[in-house]
Amino acid sequence: MLSELRTIWEVLKHTFTKAETVQYPEEMPYLSPRYRGRIVLTRDPDGEERCVACNLCAAVCPVDCIALQKDTREDGTWYPEFFRINFSRCIMCGMCEEACPTYAIQLTPDFEMCEYDRQNMVYEKEHLLINGVGKYPDYNFYRVSGMQTATKDKGEAQNEARPIDTKSLLP
Amino acid sequence: MSELMPVLLALTILIGGVAGAAILTWFERRLLGVWQDRYGPNRLGPLGIGQVLADMIKLLFKDDWVPPFSDKVVFIFAPTAIVVAMMMGFAVVPFAPGMMIIDVNIGLLFFLGMTSLAVYSVLLGGLASNNKYALLGGLRSAAQMVSYEVFMGLSLMGVVMMSGSFSLVDIVEAQTDVWFCFSQTLGLIVFVIAGIAESHRLPFDLPEAEHELTAGFHTEYGGMKFAMFMLGEYLGLMLISCMIVTLFFGGWHGPALIGHWLPPLFWFGFKVFIIICFFVLLRAAIPRPRYDQLMSLGWKVMLPITLINLVITGAVLLWMEGAA
Repeated sequence: MLSELRTIWEVLKHTFTKAETVQYPEEMPYLSPRYRGRIVLTRDPDGEERCVACNLCAAVCPVDCIALQKDTREDGTWYPEFFRINFSRCIMCGMCEEACPTYAIQLTPDFEMCEYDRQNMVYEKEHLLINGVGKYPDYNFYRVSGMQTATKDKGEAQNEARPIDTKSLLP
Repeated sequence: MSELMPVLLALTILIGGVAGAAILTWFERRLLGVWQDRYGPNRLGPLGIGQVLADMIKLLFKDDWVPPFSDKVVFIFAPTAIVVAMMMGFAVVPFAPGMMIIDVNIGLLFFLGMTSLAVYSVLLGGLASNNKYALLGGLRSAAQMVSYEVFMGLSLMGVVMMSGSFSLVDIVEAQTDVWFCFSQTLGLIVFVIAGIAESHRLPFDLPEAEHELTAGFHTEYGGMKFAMFMLGEYLGLMLISCMIVTLFFGGWHGPALIGHWLPPLFWFGFKVFIIICFFVLLRAAIPRPRYDQLMSLGWKVMLPITLINLVITGAVLLWMEGAA
């Protein structure tokens, strides 16, 4: 009986406390830069697509919402011919971002992507690709990897040693 | 004019009761919001009062479905019974001096009878739905009403003994100097608890207990028939609040010194408002008891308290009579 009276008193004290509610559309909540929201495809500092169509994101995606097709440029580098994310399936887990070797796929602090038509939730590459570097401003995959491109040979990347000639006995 | 007065008042109560119950749904949600640190409905119109209208339109446009497996006549009749009974109860409530529909010398008994009739609504609704949850809800409400009816009536006998009348006007007049909430505290406590149980509001809403019985007796109801049940429940809440004010808090009398500053109708309305707020507070604070706890509280605690109150009141009255 005493506990009931105490409960009533404790609830009554809440008359003077402020409501916890955030009045959402008028009052936006703070989303941290690490917030896992809408997925984007970023570009490297030179303005080229970072995605190398390795398919790791599609492989790791637990709900299979990513679909892409590899194609090869004239200089031998890879790029996605199409890149499709079905956001009606996406659970914003961020595993694609973790799997990506080139920091191409990134999640952003934006969750307002409601659509009346379910088909509009399917984003193509042109919708995903942004004109920026995202969270990693200086990173350029082809500058740090040993991959041979038209502009650099093997061993010319940053922090990379020349390849060892395994056929020779000389050091 | 004096012939027309009760008719006009009856119409006012009829419309005001329905409108009041509708606004009360919104008010209760806002108040619960205050006590649970949130806002409640605040989008439509000023302070969200438009929610009332939106709910009404929604309920009006719902499919008026009668389940094919139900007892159709009783199923349709049940929701009207509670509204009619509760509305009839307002007939004897004295809002201000001379401002009541009818002053009968058995006003209190009439009120008790009308609230008892409301039980039929819940019972028949549960029975006619032909649904096991509804039946369980109806069963619970029958047991709850029967056991709480007993000391709801008995708790008021102290008031009747002190004022010497069943007429509600006489009871209010008897409280001109001292309200009965001071001399009949035990009776007040018991009557408040029985009143909540009678209008099956939240701490004692076992007949509808949504966690256990989905929605209890109105599981199969929808649209306006469901709205009628809700209307009845809120009318019951207002009626019980009116009766608590009339019987224990001096009716239209204001507090001792500042009472004459404002009209009697204001004091009555203000006190009813406070009591309604208290009922909402109980809803916000107290969890629902288990069914057996409800029963043992009724028979093992409330009934003895009522009887003790009755004995003490009688003894004191007899002693004072002897002393005088």
